[in-house]
Amino acid sequence: MKNLTTGALIAGSTILSPFAAYAETEIQFWHAFTGRLGELVADQVEDFNASQDEFTVVASHKGNYSETLNAGIAAFRAGEQPHILMVFEVGTATMMAAEGAVRSVTEVMEASGAEFDPDAYIGAVNGYYTNTEGEMLSLPFNASTPVLWVNRDAFEAAGVDPDTDLSTWQNVGEVLTALKDGGSTCPLTTAWQSWIHLENLSAYHDVPFATQENGFAGTDVELVFNGEAQVAHISAMGEWAQDGKFIYLGRRNESGANFRAGECALFTESSAGYAGIEADAEFDFDVRPLPYWEGVGNSPQNTIIGGASLWVMEGHEPEEYEGAAQFLAYLSSTPVQAQWHQDTGYLPITNDAAEATRESGFYADNLGTEVAVLQMTANEPTSNSKGLRLGSFDQIRGIIDEEFEAVWAGDKDAQSALDSAVTRGNQLLRRFEQAN
Amino acid sequence: MEKRVTFKGWLLPLCLIAPQVLVSAVFFFYPAGQAVWQSLFIPDPFGLSMQYVGLGNFEYLLSDPYYRASFLTTAIFSTLVTLCSMVPALFLAVVADRLIKGAGVYRTMLIWPYAVAPAIAGVLWLFMFNTRVGVVSWYLGHLGYDWNHVLNGGEAMGLVVVASAWGRISYNFLFFFAALQAIPKSVIEAAAIDGARFWRRFWTIVLPLLSPTTFFLLVVNIVYAFFETFGVIHTITSGGPQQSTTILVYKVFSDGFVGQDLGSSAAQSVILLVVVGALTIFQFKFIERRVHY
Repeated sequence: MKNLTTGALIAGSTILSPFAAYAETEIQFWHAFTGRLGELVADQVEDFNASQDEFTVVASHKGNYSETLNAGIAAFRAGEQPHILMVFEVGTATMMAAEGAVRSVTEVMEASGAEFDPDAYIGAVNGYYTNTEGEMLSLPFNASTPVLWVNRDAFEAAGVDPDTDLSTWQNVGEVLTALKDGGSTCPLTTAWQSWIHLENLSAYHDVPFATQENGFAGTDVELVFNGEAQVAHISAMGEWAQDGKFIYLGRRNESGANFRAGECALFTESSAGYAGIEADAEFDFDVRPLPYWEGVGNSPQNTIIGGASLWVMEGHEPEEYEGAAQFLAYLSSTPVQAQWHQDTGYLPITNDAAEATRESGFYADNLGTEVAVLQMTANEPTSNSKGLRLGSFDQIRGIIDEEFEAVWAGDKDAQSALDSAVTRGNQLLRRFEQAN
Repeated sequence: MEKRVTFKGWLLPLCLIAPQVLVSAVFFFYPAGQAVWQSLFIPDPFGLSMQYVGLGNFEYLLSDPYYRASFLTTAIFSTLVTLCSMVPALFLAVVADRLIKGAGVYRTMLIWPYAVAPAIAGVLWLFMFNTRVGVVSWYLGHLGYDWNHVLNGGEAMGLVVVASAWGRISYNFLFFFAALQAIPKSVIEAAAIDGARFWRRFWTIVLPLLSPTTFFLLVVNIVYAFFETFGVIHTITSGGPQQSTTILVYKVFSDGFVGQDLGSSAAQSVILLVVVGALTIFQFKFIERRVHY
């Protein structure tokens, strides 16, 4: 009976909703968030809808990042595309190449007359989604950057001072030895190995990941991440893996469970891991900037972002673009951004939101939350640290994962693994170039 | 021996097969035709442009050593899945068939795993064998064995095989069990009177009489291993470590839906179609000869 009632309610609401929204223009917004993040997005949408009566944003969850992108692509092919689609950062080149499928945020905002100042956005965040002509293609929505998480209790248990300087990998190397000798079974682990230990490593040391300004300047890109700095880092990580100082637990963020359970002493993970670690960790933890190799490249430059941005899709009515523009302007407004940043640990996308958060005393009350912001904004991004724009990038990451696994297992040395990843990745880039 | 029913005229038989033809046309021939057509192009993901490349996609694939290696991976994987799902199923069926009390309970329990969706089964096994917190890997650790399917390709293969075969055992059990029940008791009893013991009766009488079922299951299980195990691989290993569990169908998925390379993905499904077709023809031509109906 209960099921029947629920069923009837759902059926009823589906029938009624078009009438309820009759007077307002509907804006479809497809996203990839579940759980706490899903609730926060729902709140934002509800708040926007209540703030005016011209437009109604309808948010729908379409699965994880890859699934949401696929849903958007399939919908476009069927002529049913949403107005706003959330696409993760590695899908950026795919979206950019789809001329005729997407409309740039700059164009949408300017046409609508909504408040829009491209300079209000933080360069290092915004740069990832801006083309070489300075046109903002998509609106950064959730952006994070990798940091070093420290389990202070694990340090103490192994007899290592948790306040040791961990700003360089040289220091971390020594600490790992001390932790291992002190009985730690998991001195260091990582999430998202390609993003942190190759993509960010390259940006942080100001060495190129790919030619053509990491793909920003054109699609005839070649990967060049088999350079000296990267090989040295992967080689060191490989040695640590062989010695049981670096424990590899999976390609995604599987390792998060082990860190939150208190098993691992050091953890390289996104700054957005904050909410989960804060909630689960029954130990004292610290957030430190991502370590760099002293004396390699121009380190520390700045790290780059991960996460997703919002793309406006082609093929809708002018007044609907008006609504999309208003929604995007609402999301970028200072109070909304500052709240989002504080709730999720994602980076603020505007300077004003960062400033508002600082003034509210949030950083002082929640130590370590500012580390990511400082690390991102420390230096003006260079062509090596603006971000990456590569076709088939999701699959290239898969290749990098495979080659890394060969190094961690001791099957290959760092140089040959990275050489092979470059060769295989370049093949995919040529395919991508041919298709677009 | 064969009985044939003959119809007069064409209309009635055509009407009778029409639904099946229609279903096959809509759900099989049309998509298969589309796949063949698409495999000749490199389209962009959004369908905005298409570039004719002839057999370029096939050339690209077959010159890729990683793609060729995935044939071997698939062969190993499907052989193991088929064996690991059929042998225990046969054993369980034979044992359950000899039960006098509680046969119904055993039967029901043995059929349950079939109701578990492959992706869920994958997650279950993944939890048990999780390198750091899994129950099984914890016990293995106590026995002095360091289980790590995240880096060890052989262990990863073992794990996806077991996870794929597990639910399938139920399905096979059901068929073997029904087939065993259909063997006339008199034949077995006659052999028993002649002094044949259980294993001898099993090898010389039961197994040959089961051959139609075994053959059917062989074909069905190989097709299963080729196409439907993708959920398990996706949840447990995503094709890794390195490429040790990247079977052909997983590569179709990852090129098509992760890489958005629809041309290559279509070409791979055509190749897969040809391989499985050839395999099935081979089975019907050469193995079926040894089947007694």
